[in-house]
Amino acid sequence: MAVKAVGRPRPKGGGAVPFAAVFWRLPWLRSVLLLTPPLAWFVVIYFASLVLLLVTAFWTTDPFTTQIVQVWNTTNFERILNEPVYHDIVGRTVLLAALVTLTDAVLAFPFAYYMARVASRRVQTLLFAAVLLPLWASYLARVYAWILILNHSGLLNWSLQSIGLPPANIGYTNVAMWVVFSYIWLPFMIIPTYAALERVPESLVEASADLGARRWRTIRDIVLPLALPGVVAGSIFTFSLTLGDYITPVLVGGAGSTFIGNVVFSNIGIANNIPFAAALSTIPVAIMAVYLFIAQRLGAFEAL
Amino acid sequence: MKFGAVVAVALVTGLLATACGSSNTSTGSKHRVPPTASMKPLDKVGAGEGLLNLIAWEGYVDDSWKKSFEQTTGCQVHAQYAGSSDEMVSLMQSGGGGQWDMVSASGDADLRLIYGGDVKPMNEKLITDWPNFQTYFKNPQYNTIDGIHYGISLQWGPNVLLYNTNKFKIPPTSWSAVYDNSNKGLVTAYDYPITIADAALYLSKSQPSLGIKDPYELTKKQFDATVALLMQQRQLIKKYWPSASEEISMFQNGDAFIGAAWPYQTIQLKAAGAPVADTIPSEGATGWGDTWMLATKAPHPNCAYLWTQYVSTAKVQAEQALFFGETPVNTKACGEMEALQAGSCAQYHASEPGSYIDTIHFWKTPETTCADGSENCIPYDQWVSAWTTIKG
Repeated sequence: MAVKAVGRPRPKGGGAVPFAAVFWRLPWLRSVLLLTPPLAWFVVIYFASLVLLLVTAFWTTDPFTTQIVQVWNTTNFERILNEPVYHDIVGRTVLLAALVTLTDAVLAFPFAYYMARVASRRVQTLLFAAVLLPLWASYLARVYAWILILNHSGLLNWSLQSIGLPPANIGYTNVAMWVVFSYIWLPFMIIPTYAALERVPESLVEASADLGARRWRTIRDIVLPLALPGVVAGSIFTFSLTLGDYITPVLVGGAGSTFIGNVVFSNIGIANNIPFAAALSTIPVAIMAVYLFIAQRLGAFEAL
Repeated sequence: MKFGAVVAVALVTGLLATACGSSNTSTGSKHRVPPTASMKPLDKVGAGEGLLNLIAWEGYVDDSWKKSFEQTTGCQVHAQYAGSSDEMVSLMQSGGGGQWDMVSASGDADLRLIYGGDVKPMNEKLITDWPNFQTYFKNPQYNTIDGIHYGISLQWGPNVLLYNTNKFKIPPTSWSAVYDNSNKGLVTAYDYPITIADAALYLSKSQPSLGIKDPYELTKKQFDATVALLMQQRQLIKKYWPSASEEISMFQNGDAFIGAAWPYQTIQLKAAGAPVADTIPSEGATGWGDTWMLATKAPHPNCAYLWTQYVSTAKVQAEQALFFGETPVNTKACGEMEALQAGSCAQYHASEPGSYIDTIHFWKTPETTCADGSENCIPYDQWVSAWTTIKG
């Protein structure tokens, strides 16, 4: 209608309309074009795989040829609910994930506090490099390094024996898994905690001191509550990464160290029973949904 | 918008699901006839198609023998290595199957591929060295059904009892050593459901009243007894070994002293100077037999036959045996092995008579149908879930 009146003079000759003009006239077109590829990727690749996972969980396989039989049923979920071994496995996975998260939070907080609020600029940079350095090496190499430390004739037992103590023999146990997981995911806890601690306003800390609070009181009542979202954000990483891992249990774990991920892996890789694996995979998804809900309530998403 | 997108995706997925759903419906007939049984194999090997796509165990398509094959036949070999029998099955089943020519499957995958219609009959007459094969490997149960060969045997190996000679001064003669409470903390076992067959084999001798005849065909009662034995064994086990290299390092570092192993581990450990030895105990042993199988939709069948002919020759059989630590099926390979490495023929049991091979119970896929035709046997998927239960 009013296009002619407000529009720029049209190019003569009736050829191709320059893009700029089209975008100017149809402002929504630009955002549609810009957003379509990432949105399509998100929907098709990201969501579709999740939906497929959920759908597959309700199918079964032919026991012999292991081909998928597309008949809707809840056998897979009933099996998980009824067989105590899956309760043990889920329980072990969640417990260890929680333990690792707690350990990392306890280790990371003082470290991040020092980095953010005490250390000089130079030391800060050095510490940052130190925290990130392990991430440059392959995950596998780091796990194998721990096997060399923890196994029967490894560095740990060797050191203990050389100072006259009995060997620890924690290689290939759940304790070994706890140690290795805590080590591997520690940087993922330190960094968000550091970011949150750095953002605690100096003025509040000073005000607290002016009002007569001692150092510990200030940390407890001012710094800790303000840094908590950072710790929770870090815990999302440590918790979900442990929850989904299956390599460390294979390499470092012992006879009773099966994780949800291992059962998923063996059902896909060995049994070719993808529906059961899918059903099992929905458990960590559900656990993480609950976890994220709580984390969101604690303000973790503002700290990311 | 967000909700709409989810719905749209769900609809599309649903459509896809129903579209695929109509294509495969499984039947549960009594005596199963493989779907490809009536396909006629080639009569004559023609000229190579210039290309050959293989799914193989790592080390099965090594440059040291692949190169000369490519030069003489003009068939360019592309190998996709798989880490387990089951990965091979899923590779063969995915993507319609038209992209692969052959797979070097082990006995525990063979029947699944055969009954899944993923492989088709092969003509053994086209394999020049076939008459030289050990009798057993001409028609093993795991690749030959009703006289039809769904592949040509390649190599085999026993699952031996490996032990530390310092800890076990008197060599163990029975598998009972790995179930004995006095060996708590010293034992290891292969982390794979087929390990259940090892326990079943032991029970077939130690508890004859159970009536186990074939460790891969277990009735509910036999299966439960076997699982119970393995649950007991778990208390003795520090760690199940997931791969050969893990077991080697466990024996080297004093985290394991006795357990089932492949000859490969023994050879590697001995080469590293570890005090170990292996034996086939009085109950016999399980073992694996590998087969080159031809994909139903193989696009390059002539190259596939040329390859099978080539890897069946004594020379290549010997090279591969020594490279991988296993035993050739071609009896003529012994001389070649000796030439490459003196004493290796006896070391790998390549010169043993047929009676030795009869003590080995080769891996095969456990199925519902027992040998007597009844449907009382426990199929493989239950072996897998039982294995999860055993490991805890």
